[in-house]
Amino acid sequence: MNNNPQLNKNGELQHLLTTEGLPASILLNILDTAESFVGVTARDIKKVPLLRGKSIFNLFFEPSTRTRTTFEIAAKRLSADVVNLNIAASSQSKGETLLDTVNNLSAMHADMFVVRHSQSGAAHLIARHVRPEIHVINAGDGRHAHPTQALLDMFTIRRYKRNFRNLRVAIVGDILHSRVARSQIHALTTLGVPEVRIIAPKTLLPAKVERLGVHVYHDMAQGLKDVDVLLMLRLQNERMLGACLPSSEEYFKHYGLTQEKLALAKQDSIVLHPGPMNRGIEIDSAVADGKQSVILPQVTFGIAVRMAVMTILAGN
Amino acid sequence: MRILIKNGRVIDPQNGMDAINDVFIIAGKIVAIGAEPDCFQANHVINAKGLVVCPGLVDLSVRLREPGLEYKATLESEMRAAVAGGITSLACPPDTDPPLDEPGLVEMLKHRAKSLNQAHVYPIGALTQGLKGERLTEMAELYDAGCVAFSQSDKLLLDTRVMMRAMQYASTFGFSVWLRPEDVSLANSGVAHDGEVATRLGLPAIPVCAETIALSNIVLIARETGAKVHLCRVSSAEGVAMLRAARQQGLPITCDVAANYIHLTEMDINFFDSNCHLVPPLRGLSDRDALRAGLMDGTIDAVCSDHAPVDEDAKLLPFGESEAGATGLELLLSLILKWAEEMKIPLIVALSKITSGPARILGVKAGHLSLGTAADLCIFDPDQYWKVEAKTLVSQGKNTPFLGMELQGRVKYTLADGIIVYED
Repeated sequence: MNNNPQLNKNGELQHLLTTEGLPASILLNILDTAESFVGVTARDIKKVPLLRGKSIFNLFFEPSTRTRTTFEIAAKRLSADVVNLNIAASSQSKGETLLDTVNNLSAMHADMFVVRHSQSGAAHLIARHVRPEIHVINAGDGRHAHPTQALLDMFTIRRYKRNFRNLRVAIVGDILHSRVARSQIHALTTLGVPEVRIIAPKTLLPAKVERLGVHVYHDMAQGLKDVDVLLMLRLQNERMLGACLPSSEEYFKHYGLTQEKLALAKQDSIVLHPGPMNRGIEIDSAVADGKQSVILPQVTFGIAVRMAVMTILAGN
Repeated sequence: MRILIKNGRVIDPQNGMDAINDVFIIAGKIVAIGAEPDCFQANHVINAKGLVVCPGLVDLSVRLREPGLEYKATLESEMRAAVAGGITSLACPPDTDPPLDEPGLVEMLKHRAKSLNQAHVYPIGALTQGLKGERLTEMAELYDAGCVAFSQSDKLLLDTRVMMRAMQYASTFGFSVWLRPEDVSLANSGVAHDGEVATRLGLPAIPVCAETIALSNIVLIARETGAKVHLCRVSSAEGVAMLRAARQQGLPITCDVAANYIHLTEMDINFFDSNCHLVPPLRGLSDRDALRAGLMDGTIDAVCSDHAPVDEDAKLLPFGESEAGATGLELLLSLILKWAEEMKIPLIVALSKITSGPARILGVKAGHLSLGTAADLCIFDPDQYWKVEAKTLVSQGKNTPFLGMELQGRVKYTLADGIIVYED
């Protein structure tokens, strides 16, 4: 069995590739560090000089505006230099291999790569091949992981609910194709959440998913009963194409979050969504804009969490 | 040329021999084992003390990459790798570029291979033209050109009617059809076994029923047509069970498993090791154990290397984008010995899976040390360890899950037609 590719020989975080296999202490350290940055983003002068002189390259092989923007904002708030590379448009289409692209960029003295790719394992591959001084942050690889999203979700949960150890959390939607869900499941179980539920039709569940430590529900009414935290997932349009679902209407009827369904959960339950939302498909507007929704705070916390991750990595 | 192989432990599974004996070779043929023939004067003596002397290994699936795929490997490099692995007879699948669907291509390949004077090459011809799964190839012509069987390699048949017609046609002439049981739609774009590892790693997955549904089709059509069928690379416990049932009904179906699958499982993918990206996928522990049991009880007749040299660039990609396959010629013997050691299997039984077993499936005179036959031998040190490293592998393919590991069992000499074609 290989050593954990995310940790250096002192057990410190060298790369952030996945929430799986990280001890609770490391996850909590990120959350605690993020606390100190929440104040920064609210000030008038929104910068701290922690990463001044450092170069952070955003390597996005899959298009994304929101995630890339939040990483860019986070890096700039730390006074780092940011380079954005939309690889889809450049060398990849000229046939340059993934690793050649990375090597060329490394030669330009990058300190950190933030990577998003359509293939599971891309960030791991890059981390295995970069020079030892370079840190890799996985901004989403295929269906596999999106650790910073899960961490900002954990931060948000802690903000409103304080203690992970007496929560019932439900993740609703397309678990099969979701890197967010996988990262959330690992983070929740590591942080000691006693009951993690997933709610989805059979076509959207991966094999042997119970082995990840979750309880599986197909009936949303049953799955949401007495839940403290609802993590909603985005439904992609392609699901109807792959014969996973007949229509978004039928999906909304059985798995969409409406006020009626939300009422089955605890009265003070909170609703999260990684965005962008498909209103009327996985969540209706009344809930998305309602008092139990913490979707907008998630975005703010996302910047603080990403600042924390970059700071911790740069310090190791 | 008269060769004496002295004091080796001669193991010949087909003839039931496992004893210290001398082997006498004259003019490329085995003339005696044991007692020295009258007036024998050796030109060359091989001291085989402490070594095992067995039939040259027979490998049912070796991609030589010629014609067409020479950037991955060449005939020269892979033929050298074969004899370095103790292999003196090998079958190559038709998935070259162009595929082996024309007698001219087959003749050229055979001629090229023969001129290298190393292992005997037995081409498997394409079952359909261009491997497209639509029109039948001229199987009788291809047979005359030297093909010993017909297959689709990894270009699975979509159309069951074509499968039936192909098997009927082959059966008209008594030809063997080799098929890899996998349903195209269910395999889809999967790259890993549909189990816990694919779930954790977020890899598109191939369920076991992709194998069992295709297996079931093949078995039923075989029964209908009476065709001789060989199943390539069974990978699942349920697949083995179906095969066992089919054999018990007396159907002429044989089967092989690739050496990697009797050791590795989905867990070996670890953190996306693309050297473990194989076709069929590495499955679960219970599947691996069922393959081992199938080998033991004779349900599975042979182990092959499924040799597939892949260039480094094609492996240095995210798992799902990497090219599937592993180099295997030089690991086949060691992996069999490892299995024998772990499961406490007598060497004579273990070696039958890479000598007499595959030779019977190929239908060729090989895999045994009978008197008067061609002197194809493998002489190996069962105790010597060697490290699997890019610089020591002869094959151009360095892609194996066992890279960096130490394996036991080192080939010291390989003889083909009485000529020493490899010496360590």
